Order: sequence, then C-alpha cells, then structure tokens
Amino acid sequence: MSIEAKKNSQISLDSEIFKPEDEQTVSDIIRDCYKKNLPIEIVGSNSKNFIGYNLQSAKTLDFSNLSGIIEYLPEELYIKVKPGTPLVLIEETLDKNNQQLAFETIDFGFIQNGKSNKGTIGGYVSCNFAGSRRFKLGSVRDHILGFRGVNGKGDIVKSGGTVVKNVTGYDLSKVVTGSFGTLIALTEITLKVSPKKSSQSTVAIHTDNLNQVSQLFDKILSSSNEVSGSVYIPDEPKNEKYNLNKSEIFKFNDLKYEGSFLAFRLEGDKRSIEERKKDLTRELVLNKFKISNLDFYQSVLFWKKVNNLELFGNSKNNILRAAIPPSNNEKLMKYLKNKYKFYVDWSGSLFWIEVEDKEEMNIKDIKKFVLNIQGYLTIIKRSEKFSFDESLFTINKTGLLISKKIKESFDPKKIFNPGKMYKEI
Amino acid sequence: MSELALPKIDENVIQKKDFIVRKLKKITRSENVLSHPDEIKPYETDALSAYKQTPLTVVLPEKTKEVSEILKFCNEENIKVIPRGAGTGLSGGALPLQDAILLGLGKFNKILEIDFENKCVITQPGVTNLGITHAVQHKGFYYAPDPSSQIACSIGGNVAENSGGVHSLKYGTTTNNILGAEMVMMDGTICKIGGKTLDQEGYDILGLLCGSEGLLGVITEVTVKILKKPQSVRAALIGFPTIEDGGNCVSDIISNGIVPAGMEIMDKALIVATDNFAKAGYPKDAEVLMIVELDGTKSEVDNMLKQVGEIAKKNNSNSIKLSKNEKERLAFWSGRKAAFPACGAMAPDYYCMDGSIPRKKLSLVLKEINNLSKKYNLAVANAFHAGDGNLHPLIMYDGSDKEQLRKTEEFGAEILKTCVKLGGVLTGEHGVGIEKRELMCEMFNDNDIQQQLSIKKSLDEKNLLNPGKVYPILRKCAEEGRVHVHRGEEKFPDIPRF
Repeated sequence: MSIEAKKNSQISLDSEIFKPEDEQTVSDIIRDCYKKNLPIEIVGSNSKNFIGYNLQSAKTLDFSNLSGIIEYLPEELYIKVKPGTPLVLIEETLDKNNQQLAFETIDFGFIQNGKSNKGTIGGYVSCNFAGSRRFKLGSVRDHILGFRGVNGKGDIVKSGGTVVKNVTGYDLSKVVTGSFGTLIALTEITLKVSPKKSSQSTVAIHTDNLNQVSQLFDKILSSSNEVSGSVYIPDEPKNEKYNLNKSEIFKFNDLKYEGSFLAFRLEGDKRSIEERKKDLTRELVLNKFKISNLDFYQSVLFWKKVNNLELFGNSKNNILRAAIPPSNNEKLMKYLKNKYKFYVDWSGSLFWIEVEDKEEMNIKDIKKFVLNIQGYLTIIKRSEKFSFDESLFTINKTGLLISKKIKESFDPKKIFNPGKMYKEI
Repeated sequence: MSELALPKIDENVIQKKDFIVRKLKKITRSENVLSHPDEIKPYETDALSAYKQTPLTVVLPEKTKEVSEILKFCNEENIKVIPRGAGTGLSGGALPLQDAILLGLGKFNKILEIDFENKCVITQPGVTNLGITHAVQHKGFYYAPDPSSQIACSIGGNVAENSGGVHSLKYGTTTNNILGAEMVMMDGTICKIGGKTLDQEGYDILGLLCGSEGLLGVITEVTVKILKKPQSVRAALIGFPTIEDGGNCVSDIISNGIVPAGMEIMDKALIVATDNFAKAGYPKDAEVLMIVELDGTKSEVDNMLKQVGEIAKKNNSNSIKLSKNEKERLAFWSGRKAAFPACGAMAPDYYCMDGSIPRKKLSLVLKEINNLSKKYNLAVANAFHAGDGNLHPLIMYDGSDKEQLRKTEEFGAEILKTCVKLGGVLTGEHGVGIEKRELMCEMFNDNDIQQQLSIKKSLDEKNLLNPGKVYPILRKCAEEGRVHVHRGEEKFPDIPRF
C-alpha cells in the first residue's frame, strides 16, 4: 500500500474489517490479501448475506462507505453510482425525474426479518434478481451498461460504457452481474434507467383452475397489449405450517373476492390502459371470470407487496426460487398445490415457494421436479435448522467447468467470497 | 492501406496440410473439406474486403459432434481455427489466416424448433436473422434485433458480434434477446448454456459469449426469444435548422419519457446525397433530419407521435411530417436506408466509420468531424442511430490517390479517438475484429485488456481460436479501422447497409 493511500484512507491492513472510501484503497487492500493468500468477504450492507453459503474469511471488505451517485443524466438514460449507494436512494433520485430501474427491484428485507431493507446497489447487482417486470423488460444484467472494479489480484479494471451499444471487447458487465461477489469487487456501476409510465392499473382474475391460469399466462405472453406484470397468487394450503397471511397482505378495497387470483398490470397513459384493457378482455375472454379492478394507487401498492415477497414475510421456513420454461407452469403448480405455500410471477416463469423446516428433505424432490421440466432452483433462504446437503444453486457439469475457468481469470487465488455460490468457486 | 500485422505463421502447420486435410475428411464428409485454391477463394475475406488471406483449408461441418472433433484435433495439433458465419461482418472478424482452418457454419442452416408456447425458437447458427422472423411471422411474432444486413447475416454471427439494429434502444441487442446456446470450446467440449428459462444461474456465460467475436467458442445452436409484433408503428420526419436543435430534440424526447423504437439523425451532406439518390422527398433546407419511429398500441403511438411533434416545434424544427400509413412510413426510411450507396455515388470511395457516443455529445462530435473534414479537405456525411448513440460517419475520398487514402485513414482514427474522448466507445455495431484492434488501447488500459485476455486464456489456453482479432497485436494505436468501399464495389452490394 502506498504511503499516500494509507494516509488518505486511515486503514490499517492489519484490520479484519475494511471500510474503504475510494477505489485505490480497495485495490491496495485486495492486492495485500492476494499476496498473503487471505480470503475476503465482500459486503454491501448485509441485506442479502443469508443467500448462498456462509463464509469463513480472514477479512471483510465492507463497501458501505464507498457510496454516492457519481453522475446521473436523465436525458442520457443512465446513472453512475458507487457500489455502497443504498438502492432506495437511487430509486428516490430516479423517481424525482420520473424515471426508474425498469427491471423492478425486490426487497429481500421482508423475508429476512419482516422489515424493508433493499440494501446497496452493489449487493443488488451481485445477485441479479429481477422483479415482476422481468419477462417484459429484462433482468438486472440487461440494465448494467458498464462498471469499474478490482479483480482478485488487486488490479483496477473497467468494461462497458454509458450507451446501449456500449460493448467493445468481452461484455464483462454480464458476467459480473449475478456473480455474488466471487469475481470482482465493484467500485462503480453504470445502470440504464427508463422513464416511468404515467399511470397503471391492475386487473385480478379470480380462479382456482390451474389449467385456466396456465392458459391465461400464455395468452398474456402472446398479447401485444404490453402487460408489464402477471402473477398468480393461489390460496394457501389449509394447515398450520405456514404463516397464513395472504388475505392480510393482499387486502384491497377493490379486490372483491376471496380465494386464488391471477393479476396482471398495464402501464401507460390512462386512455391507452383503458383501450388495452378492453382488448385483453376479449383476448383473455374475461367475461367468463369474476374480475376485480385495482386503480392506480392500489395497483402500485399491490406490485410493491408482490416484489417485497411479503407473503413470506418473517417466515422461519425455507424459501425457494424456481425459474422454468412457461409452458411447464401448470405441471409445477399442480405439484405444489395444497402442499406448499407458493406464488407464480413473470407470467408463469418464476415460482417462489415456501417449505417448512421439518420438510426440508422435500426440497430435493421439488428440485428434481424443477430440473425435469428444464428449470433451475435456488434455495434463497434456509431455515435455522437447515442441515440439508444439497447445493443451494443449480449448475450443470460443463457450466461448472467454464465457471471455474472464469473464476480463475478474475480471482486466481480464489480469495473473493470463497464457496459463496459453489464449493469449487 | 496500411500493412496488417497478423499472428506469426506456424510453418509446421503449413507443411502438415495434407495430413490435416486427410484427418478432416475422416471427421466430416470429404466434400465438406475444401482445399483447392478455386474452392477456397470465396472464403478469403468477409465484408471488410480490404484485407484478404488464403486459409490453409476450409471445412464445412454438418453436426455439432463434427465441430467438436475438429476443434479437439486442432487443439491437440496446435492448428489455428477461424470460425465464420455468413461472412457479412464489417470488421474483419472472419478474416482467415494462412496457417488456419476456416470453420464455416453455413451447413448449420436449419431451424430446429419453433416453440410458440415458450416464445422462443431453437435454431442452428447459419440461419439468417430474417429467416427466424420469417418462420414465426404467420402467428404475429418476430425476432427483435434487426441489423441492416438481416437478409444475409447469420444468427450465429449476430451472437458473435452482439448485433443490434435500428430498434436497439427499445428492444436491446442480441444479448438481450437470446435465452440459450450450444457452444463448442476449443478443446472440443460441448456446452449447453441457458435454455428456455429467463436468466440462468451461476455466471452469465451466455452474456460473455455474446459479442466475443468468435474468440471463446464456436456456437452450434442458439435459442432466441420471439416477441409479438406491436399493434401500431408510425414515424415522424422532422427537419431542423441547426445541429444543436436536432441534438436537443433527441434529449427532449427522451426526457419527456418517450422511448422511441428507433431514432435516426442525418446531417445536411447525407440529406442531399440520399435524396438525390433515393428521391425520398426530404426537406433540403434542413441542416439536420430526424426520423423518429414509435410502436405500441394504437392510441399510445398516436399520442406519443403528437407529443414528438410538439417537442420538435419547441426545438425550432422547420418541417414535420407524420406518417399516415405504412407506405408513407417506409418512404420516410427509404432515403436513410440508401445512405451508404448514396455516398458511393458521390465519390469513388468511402470509408464507413462505426463508433458510439453519449447522445448529448452529438452536436459536439459533428462539429469536430466538420472541423476535421476541413483540416483533411475530405467530404464527410454523417448518419447517427440517435436512440443508442451509434454514429456512422462516411468519409468520401479517391482511393487511387495514395495521399488521400493516407489522410482518410488518419481522419477516421481521429474521429474514433474523439468518440472515446467524449465518453463514447470504439464500436457501435460492427465489432472490433481486425479493424479497430489497434485502437483498443485508446479505450482500455493494460489492466482492462489483461483481464479480457486472461478470460480468453482460461477458455482457449493456446490462443488458437480466431487469433489476431479484437486485441491489439502491435500494442500501439495504429490507424486501421474502417469499412473500405472502392467505386461502390462493396462486398455483397445487394445487402442493405445503414
């Protein structure tokens, strides 16, 4: 570490927890750990540290002090931020300019301890979990235009830029997004931002018939009416294993009926929403169903609750996330129905499932089922009693082979978050 | 044109040619291995036709297993391999080497599965971009990325170059529109990446592969997302008295929350050139002409188009035309799409540059280009995909005059350096290839390039797959870097380029 850097950062390399305030200090710390072969845990605000394997590391690199918006140009549709910037601050800043992160963020605080905690942007990007708009507007990785960061040798590297067609050389932004801090310590992230639509409205279709639900999802995906959210919230299994809070969470003045429902969202100007609603009424043959209409305010709140995973709020159980090809959603819904508490997002492509701690062995069967229908499954949250020997993430043999090679090219001594995703990485 | 530095020729490999051809003929059908000079000739170059190299031999495998065996053999015998799709790339990404096997994927030309339920198509890499849309359009679907060469370019090549198109502001480039791929690594390992689900778990290998210009693996299958066609598409044709007004209007449209499907800008030189050429009826008094295309539901499009008209007026537009029907919309585009041939008609030769800039820097960049034009005494016309910041300056010159050619090359390099200096990047949609290889150090420092090279090394240890592309060989910022078109003799003159 250079004398000057030491003076500036006031950080001793003997500490166990580092809170660097600038990129050069991050680089100096990592270079030192690289030389001494010391594993480092990379931390934003710990809001999602329950996801993935627990680490045993000599040092912790805490990014909460490397925080702030570097540049925000609304007319250029991008925002450049430091990794420790709270996600909430970014969303509030964008909101003032009527803009947003189009992939829609998920608040994992509710399943951690029942309270909102969106954490930092660095942590969010490292996990790549997109919310309800994913099927329409892409995932987190589709909205990362570029980054700066420090690799496992302590070298500062950059990739990408600030425009959509921004990639010269390999598109490293994609690989880094969703790598759970195992490849690089991010020091700067450039995100694509999008204009917010002026209004929104949600239609709930009350049905318990899973074949109908599956068909509705398909029709929504096949429609040109630009549906920006489509979720199925079934009735909870009638037992004591779960926190039965569906009717409590989704309590809206205009949600007229009890029981399971599929809800879809339209965003745009009011006239366009009304026109599209009319068109969808025909396409989805809605006159066959009992329908509820949620106005702007209720609609905003509804999707917030969906993306806060509030259905599983404060749960002590295991929470799973499964992504599948949408054509197989009926099979998986039938498999889970009345046995597990679950709901389906991304118009039939994403399942969130709660499994009671005593039934953790069932996770193996659910995973097998998901893999058989060409999906993948992540064990997002483990119950306190979790003792289960099953990989938390899914990967195939060649995927692991390539991943090991990629890991080696960024972090040859495997000092970043060792074993966080896969034991070998 | 400057001498092109290429990887050192391995004489051993050249001497083993007969052995190599025999071995390849065992792996695939013997008629799929081309070694006669007449058969090889068409593979000497891609659409960057200024550079030509004769490959050792050309092999056109038909199955993934054959690709795997070829790569494994080459890896063991230290033979370089150049993968090639349709050969329409403009940056020389498929330029052969004398001691390399050219691996053509032209026989991988079938669509394997059309899956309307999962809104995707599984296709072999040799199928053309437009071929995918043709296969699904009867049900109202299409494949979104639309590079101008879409009638001829292959989807495998699109993945390698991460191709975009006029509509990439709203719909993204290839990387945002594919779900999975089958790839063969240099050691012959066959990998399935992604599938029919959204996102994949673990590292985003698909994201890394997309835009890797054939350096990391050979793609043998692609799963692409298909979208439902928008209900309504309309366009506005707007003229401005100054570059600043046009540039401000672009920013204003976006600031007002409108994301157009496409937004194109042409400068005065190009307006005149294209209008003479295509008779599109463009306003000749405008300094800058903008085409804004909007899509979505009917009332939304009508409403946004009205808003665009109002924003244009506020920014001093001197003419506004809104398309009333499909015929009129296509007429608006006809001039823009004729930009390249129109320049070809104005001078014996032209160089097409490709760079990206932040949208708000447009007027600055165009001013700088005009200054450079005066400095070098060479005419230039500019086309700009304003939506995604992709600039195509077209420099007109006479290639028979050596001094003019030298000046043109210098001019072009200065433009790209200007793009980088103003916060842009070296490439827009044509890739780096051999064309901009030596300019990489304008944008990246040693650490950045080293990180990329170590990924390459981890997946292709001996650097046998498409060597000499993307990364600088000379390690100095030389001046190569444009599409060279002599007397309108563009390679594949029948493919639209805009």
